Amino acid sequence: MDGTLFRSVNKFFIIAFCLDIKSYKSFMHRPDSFFLATKMAAPLTLLLIVAVTIRAVLFRSSLAELISARVEVVSPLNAWKRVVEGLALLDLGVSPYSGDVFHETPLMIYLFHFTVDYAEIVFIVTDGITALALYLSIQTYNKDVFRKQKYALESDRYSADCLELLRSPKEMFYIPLKVAMFYLLNPFTILSCVAKSTCGLNNAIIALFIFCTLKGSALLSGILLALATYQSIYPLTLFAPALLFFLQRLYIPVNLRRSSFWFFTLQYAFMYVGSLVVITGLSFFLLGSWDFIPSVYGFIFSVPDLTPNIGLFWYFFAEMFEHFRLFFSCVFQINVFFYTIPLSIKLKEHPVFLIFMQIAIISIFKSYPTVGDVALYMAFLPAWSHLYRFLRNIFLVSCVLLACSALFPVLWHLWIYAGSANSNFYYAITLLFNFGQILLVADYFYAYLRREHHLTHGLYLKKKDGTEATLVLK
Amino acid sequence: MLILSSLLLFILTTHSEALTPAAARDEFQEELVIRPLHSGDIYASFQFRTLWDTDFLQEGQKVSHYRLFPKSLGQVLSKFSVRELHISFTQGFWRTMQWGQPFIPSPPGAELWVWFHDTVSDVDGNWKELTNVLSGIFCASLNFIDLTNTVQPSASFKPLGLGNATDHRFLRYATLPREIVCTENLTPWKKLLPCGSKAGLAVLMKSEKLFHSSFHSQAVHIRPICQDEQCSSKAWELRQTLNVVFDLHTSGQGKKEWSLFKMFSRTLTEACPLASSSKVYVDITDNPELFELSPATPLLGQAVVLGDRRTYSVYDLSRAETFGQLRSFNLLLRDMLRPLLHAERYVAGFGLQTGEIHTVIYNNHPYRAFPVLLMDSVPWYLQLYIHTLTVTSKSRDNKPSYIHYQPAKDRHRPHLLEMLIQLPPHSMTEVTVQFERALLKWTEYTPDPNHGFYVGSSVVSALVPSMVAMRTNFTQDQPLFSSFVPVKEESSYFVRVYTEPLLVNLPTPDFSMPYNVICLTCTVVAVGYGSFYNLLTRTFQVDEPSPPLSKRLANLIRRMRGVPLLT
Repeated sequence: MDGTLFRSVNKFFIIAFCLDIKSYKSFMHRPDSFFLATKMAAPLTLLLIVAVTIRAVLFRSSLAELISARVEVVSPLNAWKRVVEGLALLDLGVSPYSGDVFHETPLMIYLFHFTVDYAEIVFIVTDGITALALYLSIQTYNKDVFRKQKYALESDRYSADCLELLRSPKEMFYIPLKVAMFYLLNPFTILSCVAKSTCGLNNAIIALFIFCTLKGSALLSGILLALATYQSIYPLTLFAPALLFFLQRLYIPVNLRRSSFWFFTLQYAFMYVGSLVVITGLSFFLLGSWDFIPSVYGFIFSVPDLTPNIGLFWYFFAEMFEHFRLFFSCVFQINVFFYTIPLSIKLKEHPVFLIFMQIAIISIFKSYPTVGDVALYMAFLPAWSHLYRFLRNIFLVSCVLLACSALFPVLWHLWIYAGSANSNFYYAITLLFNFGQILLVADYFYAYLRREHHLTHGLYLKKKDGTEATLVLK
Repeated sequence: MLILSSLLLFILTTHSEALTPAAARDEFQEELVIRPLHSGDIYASFQFRTLWDTDFLQEGQKVSHYRLFPKSLGQVLSKFSVRELHISFTQGFWRTMQWGQPFIPSPPGAELWVWFHDTVSDVDGNWKELTNVLSGIFCASLNFIDLTNTVQPSASFKPLGLGNATDHRFLRYATLPREIVCTENLTPWKKLLPCGSKAGLAVLMKSEKLFHSSFHSQAVHIRPICQDEQCSSKAWELRQTLNVVFDLHTSGQGKKEWSLFKMFSRTLTEACPLASSSKVYVDITDNPELFELSPATPLLGQAVVLGDRRTYSVYDLSRAETFGQLRSFNLLLRDMLRPLLHAERYVAGFGLQTGEIHTVIYNNHPYRAFPVLLMDSVPWYLQLYIHTLTVTSKSRDNKPSYIHYQPAKDRHRPHLLEMLIQLPPHSMTEVTVQFERALLKWTEYTPDPNHGFYVGSSVVSALVPSMVAMRTNFTQDQPLFSSFVPVKEESSYFVRVYTEPLLVNLPTPDFSMPYNVICLTCTVVAVGYGSFYNLLTRTFQVDEPSPPLSKRLANLIRRMRGVPLLT
């Protein structure tokens, strides 16, 4: 009796949703608006104008110089001062990699060799491209999510009482714009752009990679992933989510005994590795030496420069006992890559969320993180706004992150300029900041898993005796 | 407004005209003599002289109209019938062997000697009262002068002014060697001057500078003198003197250079308007060609002092051109004996993040430009930014014609920067380059890390144009000291100049807590690892409370009995 009632109610809602879907579809698939829904073009343009204005004003103000010297915004890997230094060394006829000041990749030198006079415009445009790529990616992703939800509903895979967990086009409508806004108007991104940190370019490559992946272009995705890897090695871990996404898209089950799985995996791996080899070879021919390998990747892995930053490495390795150094640098570097396999297994049905998790883990545990890296994964937060009801300590985490962001410059000043504090003060804040980030990412991960559990098992779970149940991890 | 101001001007001019007859009767002169001493110290002697042809000692007539002469002293003279008064306050001892003779000698502490008029009946009473009054005027402890430390010298202290009084009953002499001279004695002394310390030479008397010296002596001398050679009329002379010896030799790093500003931390802006003459004399008798006095003066004076003929440069402060364009007169003496090539270096900037190395190279050759090679070796923990390198001479960009730069490798090799710079004649060339300070591993710091890290001298090598022809052929009979660097050309010689080493502070970690840092950082990583591990390996389950102990025991028994279990 109960079952039939539920079924009929369910059917009713499905019909209602399908109607909704139709309106959504008609809106999303209007032939003239493949890239930009016309209704959204105006706010997006406005957003871009505001973002560009803020950056242009800051570039012209005296703050630009101050910001570009902040250790939170620039690291030895991506400081603009070091790019200029590398170009100056090139002009003097010295290899930029002969010293330990320049750690950009050779392609970066050649990009800025031609655009050094328009650097500010390059960085503003890069930020715009990143935001646009993220906007379009999330738009595509939302369509995808909605389609899957529809199939799941139609095939009765969702539990009967989880209707309030379903996502509607209405609430998803502004998410792409919010994502773009979270990226463009995030103070971290603005600071990073004004400091001309090349982190903005790496972010653009990753955003374009996500866009191409979600659009289903395996070749472009492979090339961009290779480029991102070439830039900063860590995006290597994004290979797994991209592969999972393509497999899902092509309806190839992840089964190690199936030849189609291996065929596609090898195909994608070949595209990725092939582009990586081509790009690296190109760098070799541009400079005529392999000097950049130890200077860029060796520098990332062995962490010789202990200039303070917002990460965990600098103080740890400044205070490390000499005979444990190698062991701990291995442990810390493996830590970044370690989560890829278990996360891929756990989230094999949700590659986009896996991408988010990977980017966040990279930006927390990488050797020279800056606020620009933090800004990239934070831009995805609006895409998970439906997880809000399952987040456990978002208030605490936001307070911690905000307080830390304010305390970074204060404690830096006290240590470096006033001399009234010591390195421990700044270190304490970096610890807390990373702790907050870990909490944030873990919280979103928890919320995502919990929502998935509720979708299949029902929202209002009951104990055996009929009383309201509490959900625990066991 | 215009009418009012012209009226005011009229009143002022008539007023000053009314005073002009009095101006003829008294006059004021000021003078400063600067004399470099053989020890390298600078002796500055101020003299202020007020002349007034009045008679303080006339019976029944009270002098009441004072203009330049200080009233306080005038009243003292007439009240105690003083004929001659000499008082001096001295801090430090005049070292005759090193400094020669002073213009006016004085003993350490306070000295007072007075000739009373021969009409005075109770000399001791007057003396007692006079010392107390002077003690008040000069804020000094002259009231400690009593009969236990007063003497009547019979021969040594003769009157310096008019009158050949030889009756030493009217002379009193006392010294207070313990008297400590300080600002509170200088202030009343300055108040006796017609212009106070507002204008004229007295502007230079800033007490913190005057008392930061090797020797300080201030004195007041009052005596009657003849007004002209025939001695037709008598006048009272008040001479206020102040002698200081500045120890610029040690504070100025052994240079014999000085300037008014360095000594007094003030410059002159005008002469005292009440003075009939206001002059500065600089003794240039010794080595005039080795030093350059600026501004130069065409006036030269000669004087025979203490059995020695000296030559002086004279500056007349009553002439407007002395003060030049800036309305400020800062006399300075520069050492002409400078090396042709000289270099120095320092670190600029604040904080422990960035900094800038400044290397300053001087070419003191008056007309020849020559190139120098500058070599800098900077340790790797100061990361140089070669694109910030600037070379400026005479505030113009001076691009080096050759640069060799080898950037540092962390923990392997230092930065090496070599460049060839053309130094314009008589110029200062500044080379700046910015650097960033690295945070080192805790084991890489020296045992005293907050002392800082040393950066070696930079080396300036050059072929300096020579004034005399050099000998290029090497012979055995050449002295050893002249043959170390082989000479290739006749017209120049090789010089190498080393700058100062730099001391640079680096940011330091807390050396006491490697364990704590390892634990704390690992904790944060473990929190990340743990929370991900938790979410990855566990699944969501409904929390079913386990049955109470009694039920479990009952079930155990039931299972043994083979009876259906309780639920």
